[in-house]
Amino acid sequence: MPQSIRDVLLEGGHVIDPATGRDEVADVLLRSGKVEAIGRNLGHPDGAERLDCTGAYVAPGFIDVHCHLREPGREDVETIATGARAAAAGGFTAICAMPNTEPVTDNQAAVGFIIRQASRVSAARVHPIGAISVGQKGDSLAEFGEMVAAGAVAVSDDGRPVVSAHLMRTALEYAQTFGIPVIDHCEELTLAHGGSMNEGIVSARLGLKGIPSEAEEIMVIRDILLARRTGGHVHLAHMSTKGSVELIRWGKDRGINVTAEVTPHHLTLTESAVEGYCTAAKMNPPLRTAEDVAVLQAALRDGTIDLVATDHAPHHYDAKDREFADAPFGIVGLETALALVVTELVDSGMIDFKTLVDRMSTRPARLFGLPGGTLASGSIGDVTVFDPNFAWQVDPATFLSKGRNTPYTGKTLRGRARYTVVGGAVVHRAIEAQSR
Amino acid sequence: MTSALGKDLLDLESLTPEQISLVLDTAVPFKEISERAIKKVPALRGQTIVNLFFEASTRTRISFEFAEKRLSADTVSVASSGSSVSKGETLVDTARNLEAMRIDMVVIRHGASGAAAFLAERIESNVINAGDGTHEHPTQGLLDLLTLRDHFGSLEGLRVCIVGDVLHSRVARSNIWGLRKMGAEVAVCGPKSLLPHAIAELGVQVFPRVEEAIEWAQALNILRLQLERMTSGYIPSLREYNRVFGVTRERLERAKHEVLIMHPGPMNRGVEIDSDVADGPHSVILNQVTNGVAVRMAVLYLLAGGNPELAEAAKGGGER
Repeated sequence: MPQSIRDVLLEGGHVIDPATGRDEVADVLLRSGKVEAIGRNLGHPDGAERLDCTGAYVAPGFIDVHCHLREPGREDVETIATGARAAAAGGFTAICAMPNTEPVTDNQAAVGFIIRQASRVSAARVHPIGAISVGQKGDSLAEFGEMVAAGAVAVSDDGRPVVSAHLMRTALEYAQTFGIPVIDHCEELTLAHGGSMNEGIVSARLGLKGIPSEAEEIMVIRDILLARRTGGHVHLAHMSTKGSVELIRWGKDRGINVTAEVTPHHLTLTESAVEGYCTAAKMNPPLRTAEDVAVLQAALRDGTIDLVATDHAPHHYDAKDREFADAPFGIVGLETALALVVTELVDSGMIDFKTLVDRMSTRPARLFGLPGGTLASGSIGDVTVFDPNFAWQVDPATFLSKGRNTPYTGKTLRGRARYTVVGGAVVHRAIEAQSR
Repeated sequence: MTSALGKDLLDLESLTPEQISLVLDTAVPFKEISERAIKKVPALRGQTIVNLFFEASTRTRISFEFAEKRLSADTVSVASSGSSVSKGETLVDTARNLEAMRIDMVVIRHGASGAAAFLAERIESNVINAGDGTHEHPTQGLLDLLTLRDHFGSLEGLRVCIVGDVLHSRVARSNIWGLRKMGAEVAVCGPKSLLPHAIAELGVQVFPRVEEAIEWAQALNILRLQLERMTSGYIPSLREYNRVFGVTRERLERAKHEVLIMHPGPMNRGVEIDSDVADGPHSVILNQVTNGVAVRMAVLYLLAGGNPELAEAAKGGGER
């Protein structure tokens, strides 16, 4: 990450920082890559770059704790560089990269590789997530300690569930030595086997094998119970059902250290997006019913679901251009996440901007022990400046990600990052802001 | 040329009752052609048709081949097993190749639900779904409707029960759509593990026991139970299936009325249907097969832009 020696003054934006309680129009001064001061009519040192933030929100940088960067192994579909740039374009100052790469990121050398690749590009920070088990095979623990020492911030076998309850228990215990969360992809494989979409009326009509909600919920309650026994921190990836929300609430009510994330697509789309066998709407866990969407939205609002994570999963267009049952699961999300949350949740009145910032920055940083998530003086200079009203149409051909697999093509959304600042360096400028 | 059925026949879910009636009415003169010594009319002369069968099939493929040949079309059948992934050539490439060869019509049977629609979206040729995964088998649904109409005169208010593995059956889905659109009352009967979870939302009654289904129905459409279902844990054994759900002569005789017996074939004699039922006086299983060729001729004729009124004239050898 190139050090910015240039000072930056973010002028006249609406600063929202739930961590410090700040919610007002003010200037933000970044010096030596850190937040120096926030206030009105701040003076600026000579040579400081002045960025006009009028009409925009200025927030601690957004953090996506769940994305797939495909490198090493599938650089044809995404690289750490293209993923980090796509993240910056989406307003993210940091992303956590899942370890289901080829080969799997299950050792210190692999973690170090990701750190090094990320350092070569001026874009979002990349925090590697290490595998729970060697090769993600679900048999033996990977070396959490060495991976953390090399820079891993969490462990997960995402892509797959941790099938063995014993292994999950052991992981939750062992992870406490290093103070990291264990992230589980909750899927009971025998129930989900062969399924390609939600089990319900649409799957019955389309003649596609369905994945019932219980496939997720059975593993959710299992993980919550194991977190209770072990005292460990379990983080539940990509929640998709109302039943899961109920179980998470049950766990949190009892003081169990369970946290959870939801993707923008599970907040905004239902199984009807699959009509016509649309593989752009195929992902795991699948899109569910309107009732599930409503409950997930409300859960994000009340904090039962802690944060928004994209599960950005790029695929080659060839791979998705096939029979529905054969197409791979997953859609990209880094460049549409902010706008989806703004358009479908904030503009609809479900949540306010303060909650948006909390769920996309404050909590991810706090729950994962990451730098940032706040604009308190002395914090790292990771800032997301975004226009809440800027309207744009989703056109995957303009994505910085190599992945084009999105179900939102042609949709008009509101909200876009104007400036993404990482460590005091402006790593992304929106096109419309480049002449300012 | 605009066809009354649109560009493709992919499913019965999207057809109107008028379109269904049109196909059944058009099939009637074509049935007569199959009774002649020389079973040929020039209605589709010069049309090139490919039968693309990715799943093994004898009766449906032959039925289509004869329908095409009796209409004088040039036809080629391609049999291929496995998904496009295991074959090495994707369905997209197969589609593009067919288009490059300027094929007029493609009849496709494939193991993946949605495969027919996938193909239809990518080529200009007319596409006929001969069965896609567990989604639909529209020509089977149509020939079942014709068979019922032949016997009962009208489909309105007719009580038809589909018995068997509805969960994995494209025939069941096509029948449900076709029958409901034509005003029939539809029920399903089978072990709950072989019924879709949301089955009631499809507008059908559910009978947990076959005795109740027989008591209610005027006609039974008995689905083939596949051996694989037993091995993947949906039911314990074929023997138990026959003892609990098998359509046997004893069960039929206990009903107070005559029940028409249908089966899409091929039959597992002694599993879902006993031999004396399949060969009995109320079975119209072979009529279904005869109607199959006629219905397929009607579908091909209509998709090719054939004028329904001229179907009668086509009998006599006129141009379409």
